[in-house]
Amino acid sequence: MSFIPLFFALPLVSAFLIPIVAKIYKPLVWFVCTAVSFILFILALYGLAVTQEIPMIVYKMGNWPPPLGIIMAFDSFSGFMVLVISIIAFTCSLFSLRFLSNYSGQWKFYTLFMLMTAGMMGIVITGDLFNMFVFLEIAALSSYALVAFGVEGEQLEASFKYMVMGEIGGLTFLLAIALIYAKASTLNLADVSNALQSIRYTTFFWMSLGMLLFAFSIKAALVPFHSWLPDAYPAAPAPISSLLAGICTKVFGIYTTARIVFNVFGLTRESDPMFFNLLIGLGLLSIIFAGLTALNQKDYKRLLAYSSISQVGFIMLGFGIGNYYGVVGAIFYILAHGLAKGLLFLTSGSVVHVTGERNLQKLGGLGERMSTTAWSFRVGALSVIGLPPLVGFFAKLFIIIGAIKAGFLWIAISAIILSVLSLAYLLKIENSVFMKKGKIEAKAAPFTMRIAMVFLVMLIVLVGIGFQPIMDFIVGPAAQALLRGLEYSHLVFRTFTMNF
Amino acid sequence: MLIFTSCIILFLIGLYAIVTKRNLIKIAIGFALIEYSVNLLFALIGFKHNALAPIITRLDTPHNFVDPIPQALVLTAIVIALGTTALMLTIILRIYNRYKTFDAAKIKELKG
Repeated sequence: MSFIPLFFALPLVSAFLIPIVAKIYKPLVWFVCTAVSFILFILALYGLAVTQEIPMIVYKMGNWPPPLGIIMAFDSFSGFMVLVISIIAFTCSLFSLRFLSNYSGQWKFYTLFMLMTAGMMGIVITGDLFNMFVFLEIAALSSYALVAFGVEGEQLEASFKYMVMGEIGGLTFLLAIALIYAKASTLNLADVSNALQSIRYTTFFWMSLGMLLFAFSIKAALVPFHSWLPDAYPAAPAPISSLLAGICTKVFGIYTTARIVFNVFGLTRESDPMFFNLLIGLGLLSIIFAGLTALNQKDYKRLLAYSSISQVGFIMLGFGIGNYYGVVGAIFYILAHGLAKGLLFLTSGSVVHVTGERNLQKLGGLGERMSTTAWSFRVGALSVIGLPPLVGFFAKLFIIIGAIKAGFLWIAISAIILSVLSLAYLLKIENSVFMKKGKIEAKAAPFTMRIAMVFLVMLIVLVGIGFQPIMDFIVGPAAQALLRGLEYSHLVFRTFTMNF
Repeated sequence: MLIFTSCIILFLIGLYAIVTKRNLIKIAIGFALIEYSVNLLFALIGFKHNALAPIITRLDTPHNFVDPIPQALVLTAIVIALGTTALMLTIILRIYNRYKTFDAAKIKELKG
C-alpha cells in the first residue's frame, strides 16, 4: 500500500517547489497549492475506501521492519482525520486567492501553508512517537510564522505568545518521549504500548501520561492553557485562522491525546474512570469559561476564537465520556467543528477583506450587501448551535446519548444548556454585523471566496442530511479504531507480518 | 537517577526563565536551556560506561555498544531547536524594530 507516504510527501514536495514555481510564473503558485489540496482530498477518499476492507495499513519507511524502522500506520481514524484536513486545506487555499491580494510575498504564504498541511498529515498517519514530534514541530513552526504573516505589531506579539506557549508544549512532549524511551527502549507506538503494559499503573506510567496530556492540552488550547489562542487567531490571515481553528488544534491536541490515551496507554472508561473524569472536567471547564468569555467580546474574530475553545471542550467531553457513543460524538464533532468553524472564520475573512474592519460595534448592515457571506454565516452558526438537519446537531446528539448511556445525566443536561451559550454569542455577531443598520461601505465578496464558503455550506448541509452513510462508513469505523484500544499494537504487528 | 533529576532541574530553570522574565531575549535563552536539558537527557539515556561507539566492523565485535538511537534523535531535535530559535529571534528582532524595546511589559503599554 504505497500511497500512504503521498499524504505528507505531496504537500512537502510542493512546499519546496513553490519558490521555484514563483520564480517562473507567480499566479501558478496558487494553482499548485489548490491542486495539491484537491489531490489530497481524492487520496483521502481513496484511503478511506481502502480502510473499509483492511482495518490497518502499515507502510514501512525504507523497508525497515518495525520496531526498528519508522512505520506509517493508517487506520480508519487516521483516514477520517486526513479527510477533514484535506477538505479544510482545500477551501482555505481556494479562499486565499483573493484574500491575499493585499499581501506581498504570496509564495511564502503558500509554502508555509503546504508545510503546515504536510505536518498535520504526518501527525495523523505516523506510527512512531518521535516522528509524531517532528511532524508536530513542522506544522507548529509554520503556523507560528503564518500567524506573524502580516508583520504588524499585533501579529508579531500574537505569534510570539503563541510560540512561547506552543514550544513549552512541544518541549514537554519531547521530554516525555525521552522518558518513555528510557523506560521502553522503543519509539514505535505499537511497541511502546506493549512495553507500557508491563509497567501499567506505576508512578512512571502516570507521570509520562500527565506530561503528554499537559503538552497536548497546550496545543489544543484547553482552558487553563488557552491564553495564546484568542490572540493568535484574530492576528492570523483569515484562511489561516480558518485552518488553525478548523483542524490544526484538533490534530495537534485532540487527535494525539485520543491516540495516545486509547491506543498506546490503553486506558478505557471501565478500567480508569478517574482519568476519564479528568478529561470530562477539562472539557466542561473549557466550554463554560470560554463560552462566557465569548459573550463579552467586541472583536469578530476574537469572539470566534473563544467560541472555538469552547467547542474543543465539547470534543474533549466526548472523549472523556469514553463509551462508543461518546467517542462517535467526539469524532463527529471534529468533522462538524472543522466545517462550521472553518466556515465562520472564512466569513470573518470576507468581511475583513471587504470592509477592513473587525470591530463588531463599527460593523453593521452587511446582511443585504454581502448576502452570500451572511447566509453562509447563518448556516455555520446554526450548525455550531446544533440545529437538527445540520452536521453539528448529530455531533451534539451523540455526545448527549453517550453521556446518558454512561450514567452522567447531569452532563447531558448541562451540554444542552451550554449549547444555548453558543446561540447567545453567535447571535451577537449576527445582530451587529448582518442585521443591524449600518452605513459601512461594502460590496459583495469576490467570486472565489464565495465559492469556498458555499462549498463548506453545502458540505455542512449534505453531511447533516446524509449522516447515516457518513456514520456507517467514516465516523463509526474511526470510533471503533480508537476503542480497539490495545488491540492496535497487535493489529500493527500482524499487518506487518502479513505484508512481509 | 541523579542524571535524570539534574536534567529535569535544568528544564525547570529554563521554564522559570520563560515564565518570570520580561525581557524577550531572556525568554529565548530560557528556551535554549530547556532544549539543552532535553537533548542532554537523551544523550545520557543512551550512555553506557566503558562502551564502544556503535560501529560494527567485524561480526565478532563484542556487544558493548552505546545506544545509537538517542544520538540520532538528538541530532533531529537540535535541528528543530535551531529552526525554532531562529524563528523566535527573528520575531523578537521584528518586535524590537517596531517598538524599540525588548521589555514585554512596555510593549503591552505601547499597544494601548
